[in-house]
Amino acid sequence: MDGAAAAAAGQQGGEKPPVIYTMENKPIVTCAGDQNLFTSLYPTLSQQLPREPMEWRRSYGRVPKMIHLESNFVQFKEELLPKEGNKALLTFPFLHIYWTECCDTEAYKAAVKDDITKWQNVLKAHGSVDWLIVVVESDAKKKNKTNILPRTSIVDKIRNDFCNKQSDRCVVLSDPLKDSSRSQESWNAFLTKLRTLLLMSFTKNLGKFEDDMRTLREKRTDPGWSFCEYFMVQEELAFVFEMLQQFEDALVQYDELDALFSQYVVNFGAGDGANWLTFFCQPVRSWNGLILRKPIDMEKRELIQNQEATLLDLRSYLFSRQCTLLIFLQKPWEVSQRALELLHNCVQELKLLEVSVPPGALDCWVFLSCLEVLQRIEGCCDRAQIDANVSHTVGLWSYATEKLRSLGYLCGLASEKGPNSEDLNRTVDLLAGLGAERPETANASQSPYKKLKEALSSVEAFEKHYLDLSHATIEMYTNIGRIRSAKLVGKDLAEFYMRKKSPQKAEVYLQGALKTYLAEGWALLVTHTRKQLAECQKQLGQIDNYLQTSSLLASDSHLTEDERKRFCQEILDFANQQTESQGEKIILSMHSFAQLKTLHFDPPNAVVHVGGKLSIEVTLQSQMPIPVPVDQIAIYVHFSIEKNSYRKTAEWLTKHKTSNGVISFPSEAASFPWSRNNLPALELYEMYERSPSDNSLNTTGIICKNVHMLLRRQESSTSLDMPSGVTLEDGAHMLKCSDLILEPGINKITFETQAKEPGTYTLRQLCTSLGKVQFVLLHIYPIAQYDVYSQEPQLKVEPMTDSLLAGIPQKVKFTVITGHYTMKSGDTLQLSNADAMPILYHPESKAVIYSNTREKISESTLKIQSSEKITSISLPVTPAYHVIEFELQVMYLPSTPEPAVEGENTVNKEAYGKSKEKQKADSHMATVDQKVTIDCPWSIYSTIIALTFCIPFNAKHSLLSAGKRKYVQVCVQNLSELCFQLSENSLTNSVDCTDLQLVPLNPDSQQVIYSKQSIFFVWELKWTKELPLSLQCLFSVSFCPATSEEQSLSLKPFTYEFQVENFFTLYNVKTEIFPPLGAEYCKTGSLCSLEVSITRLADLLEVDKDEALTESDGYCTTKLMYEVVDNSSNWAVCGKSSGVISMPVAARATHKVHMEVMPLFAGHLPFPDVRLFKYLPHHSAHSMQPDADSWIENDNLSVDKNVDEQAESSSLRSRSSLHSAASGEHKGLPMPRLQAFSSGQVFNCSTGMQILVVPSKDDHVLEVNVT
Amino acid sequence: MAVCIAVIAKENYPLYIRSVPTENELKFHYTVHTSLDVVDEKISAMGKALVDQRELYLGLLYPTEDYKVYGYVTNSKVKFVMVVDSSNTALRDNEIRSMFRKLHNSYTDIMCNPFYNPGDRIHSRAFDNTVTSMMMQVC
Repeated sequence: MDGAAAAAAGQQGGEKPPVIYTMENKPIVTCAGDQNLFTSLYPTLSQQLPREPMEWRRSYGRVPKMIHLESNFVQFKEELLPKEGNKALLTFPFLHIYWTECCDTEAYKAAVKDDITKWQNVLKAHGSVDWLIVVVESDAKKKNKTNILPRTSIVDKIRNDFCNKQSDRCVVLSDPLKDSSRSQESWNAFLTKLRTLLLMSFTKNLGKFEDDMRTLREKRTDPGWSFCEYFMVQEELAFVFEMLQQFEDALVQYDELDALFSQYVVNFGAGDGANWLTFFCQPVRSWNGLILRKPIDMEKRELIQNQEATLLDLRSYLFSRQCTLLIFLQKPWEVSQRALELLHNCVQELKLLEVSVPPGALDCWVFLSCLEVLQRIEGCCDRAQIDANVSHTVGLWSYATEKLRSLGYLCGLASEKGPNSEDLNRTVDLLAGLGAERPETANASQSPYKKLKEALSSVEAFEKHYLDLSHATIEMYTNIGRIRSAKLVGKDLAEFYMRKKSPQKAEVYLQGALKTYLAEGWALLVTHTRKQLAECQKQLGQIDNYLQTSSLLASDSHLTEDERKRFCQEILDFANQQTESQGEKIILSMHSFAQLKTLHFDPPNAVVHVGGKLSIEVTLQSQMPIPVPVDQIAIYVHFSIEKNSYRKTAEWLTKHKTSNGVISFPSEAASFPWSRNNLPALELYEMYERSPSDNSLNTTGIICKNVHMLLRRQESSTSLDMPSGVTLEDGAHMLKCSDLILEPGINKITFETQAKEPGTYTLRQLCTSLGKVQFVLLHIYPIAQYDVYSQEPQLKVEPMTDSLLAGIPQKVKFTVITGHYTMKSGDTLQLSNADAMPILYHPESKAVIYSNTREKISESTLKIQSSEKITSISLPVTPAYHVIEFELQVMYLPSTPEPAVEGENTVNKEAYGKSKEKQKADSHMATVDQKVTIDCPWSIYSTIIALTFCIPFNAKHSLLSAGKRKYVQVCVQNLSELCFQLSENSLTNSVDCTDLQLVPLNPDSQQVIYSKQSIFFVWELKWTKELPLSLQCLFSVSFCPATSEEQSLSLKPFTYEFQVENFFTLYNVKTEIFPPLGAEYCKTGSLCSLEVSITRLADLLEVDKDEALTESDGYCTTKLMYEVVDNSSNWAVCGKSSGVISMPVAARATHKVHMEVMPLFAGHLPFPDVRLFKYLPHHSAHSMQPDADSWIENDNLSVDKNVDEQAESSSLRSRSSLHSAASGEHKGLPMPRLQAFSSGQVFNCSTGMQILVVPSKDDHVLEVNVT
Repeated sequence: MAVCIAVIAKENYPLYIRSVPTENELKFHYTVHTSLDVVDEKISAMGKALVDQRELYLGLLYPTEDYKVYGYVTNSKVKFVMVVDSSNTALRDNEIRSMFRKLHNSYTDIMCNPFYNPGDRIHSRAFDNTVTSMMMQVC
């Protein structure tokens, strides 16, 4: 209805040009012909026209757009048609419509045709071709007139008369007011036609307009060309696009104008000035900011139209239009972004064009504009949207804050005293330039204008507004995570507070900013902020902090030398103030004052004995720019006693701490964290820990020494700057140096101390005192410590080789650790002599004196006196905590063996008299411990030292038989690593027996026995009379080291004593195998006969007298058991393999046993073994003699098979009767017992014989298993 | 051309920073440091993008009244920041881009130096010359 009213207004008050500069503008369509008809159709038409969009195809390849068309229908008047040269587009009628209801040919001819012709002529006269004739038909009218022509004829007539070739210029609308489908169809067709024609007209007319505009723009180099004129032309186009709701296109027009103007300004700057531009260079007189509340700022537009606008006016107007369009496009954030660009740009352009601007004027303009933009955006967005897009607006806030601050400074509002008269004058000038407040905001409670006016009115108001803005900006920056920007605004605020002389408020901001800069390592910013902070702290009277900051600044290389000196002097001045106030000392962190570079210990291993001197050279790098007199430098030392710790014993300390004595401290890079992620490098060390007794490796590993640095939590705020809680440990131990001057750079300070109590001293803190000021290094890291030890005198005697060998001279090292005892002249070591171990020495043997750190001090000859009982060694004069070392030779002589034989049946015994022996396994040497008692000068007690000697040889013997002949073999094995020469071997019978002779079968010459080798000696035993039951033998051989040059020493021979018994051969066993009768050879699988003949070689002897012997009729018989065993499974014994025989005890008595055996394999087979045992019946208490055969058969023989094997493996060992007794007991039954013969008593003459067995011919049995 | 060129480590400490009017050095330090806010914002905004598609050039970080600050970030998160005088309108985006690329190449050369410890301040003369040439080009 609104539109209808407008249309009605247009119809009635047609004289006024219908130009309304609002977005309600619509393209104009004129209506001629039947006005009543149109009025009746107007509501439907205006409602229906915009309902459906239409595609608008554009020229110049622009994107086609869907467009909703609306129109402003006005009555046709000739004045509406634009005259030649009129460029106005908004008032341009895009379409002319003629409405008629005529259906009567007569009426048509009479009036309508003429009317249309007149209308057409007027249009033609103005060159307008955009017209349309609408013929409205209604059934009602048709009915009234009966003789009417078919309705088409009227339309056809009109088409004939007016539309030569454009038949589409005439449309029919049937029954428009009826609600029928036909009417609807007709409406649709009409509307489509109308829209199409409108768009055609737009395309045509706008295209023409654009062409004209372009032509105009091409003339811009002409001297008379005016930007403002062109501006108005292009803006007309923008208005039309805006009218058609094509805001993007409208915006493009303004952007083009913007770019064109910018280019002119740039060119002007480059010296290529256009005349019209000089007009914009007039001095700025008004700075009332942007106006964005009105869609079109007519005031400014008129200025432009009249070519009176200043640069700021033009820019303001242009931006206000862009802003309006952007807000239509719902892009408020682009507004804020463009606003910031615009403001920066304007400032630059004014500078470029050298426009004279009163000081502060631009600041006012920018401030007002920023707030205006922000308010405009706030006006069209809700709170949540604004909060979510703070990042877009915060720039404007920050800019406004900055401008207000500079205005405040300019007008003396930020000073302590307030503005002076000059400042006030300036303020008045600035306020004048603002002009009066605009009507649209005059009634609002707050506006940018009011805010600025208020802020400039008083110091208090300014402060309030500035703080509000600053806090808001900081909060916004913080919220969106722009911490650095927030800190920068905070720093400005701090500066403001400092000017206002309220440093307590400034401090927070400065500290905050400093922390950020420190954390990110921006040295220059740190320096600058620190300088401000120092001033702030000075004003606040924070003496500690001020001095700390001063020391940091004094050491800051980014400052000039003078500034550094000034800050250094501040510290010195304070330090030298009279201390009558008795104030507390001020403790500051040292790292800014001086850096600890190295610590150098002397002695280098940092281990010193009680009473010893230790010096520590400290290298300090002074960071101060001038030499600083220092009252005292002290190192606080922590003392700890670690008792019961092996690591703290003198032995360990002197052995293990072998550093070069220099501890380097990492350079102070850590104090300036270039990066938080820069972790220190791993400090890895190999670690070996050896057992104290034998120096063998106990543990080994890798140690990371700075684990605590690597694994600690990464602190977000390193409080390097504020050494809060710097406290000095109150240590009783302190090293001092007084009255020094620390020169800039490297200083070396030496601390000396005399060690007192043993323990570990850790250097904890370093403190430099200057008057009242103390600079403290809280932790000395890496850990620096020295150890003080005390030590008891000690004597060690160690062999020079791995083990001492008995029988030859061996070197032994004596080590005397003096410890706290001082060797005086006349101090001797007294060794008690032992017969078995004489001490050999050279008169010129020397003792070497070492310091505790193994440095050789001197050498002196050793005086050794030996009496019968005692060897006394005079020790050289030696100070405490030294080591005396010398070597002596000792020899262990085994005493002569005693003939006593231990044990009943023990055959061999290496006897070495009194000395204890440890018989180890065969391959190991037997050892002997020899104890030496030594009296030391420092003790009333004797020291007993045990030396272990090894016997280099091992001997074994064996008895060999050949029939009745007997041989004794002795095997000597060299177990040591040395090589010996053997000579003078001998074997003697200890029991003097004349009829017994031992005939040596050995060479007489010397023999060399190499390491781990054996030598055999053999003697034949010859006798004339009856043999004794046992033979006691003593083997002896002389030896000396094969390499030894000196043979002068009387070395005792190696002896070996043993006993052989029951060695006379009693029985001869002979085994024979015969092939089966008639066969030449034995065959596998066929039975052969085995004959065993046992022959007695001697008559009744002493050895035979035992339980088995039975005597009847002067004949003696004994019982023997034989057993045929084939261990290699070559033979199968058929039938009984063992049996008991009764053997007459008489020489040459023979017993033969036959049995059958079967060879299992072909080839030369060894004979089966035949074993012979003495068969002892059960104890004679038994009357009944069990039939041996009968019980043997039941396999219940008590022969322990182990016995046989033992007997076999060690033929030396005689079967003891103990065993059989034991087995008898074990059985618990009256059982016969078996007793083996000793090795020499049975001679098997068939041992080692073999017999040929041929394979049987047809024993190739193939077994095939099919599964 | 450029008035200040800075190379900033991944951890945001300066590896190299040089500005032409030396009396304004402090101001440029503040400007560059503050620009890191925007760099961080831009990096985190494009964090999800694939590495090979990622644009190293960050564009205009933020304009001030007198200067324009441009940013560039390498794949190893080393940032280049260039401050250009606002009045220097001859510099277009493309020129800035190519300057950054040149800077990046020179930086890569430093990294190739076996004696250079990544993370240390840059003292290379070659790099210095590159920077100087960029600062001198138009001025």
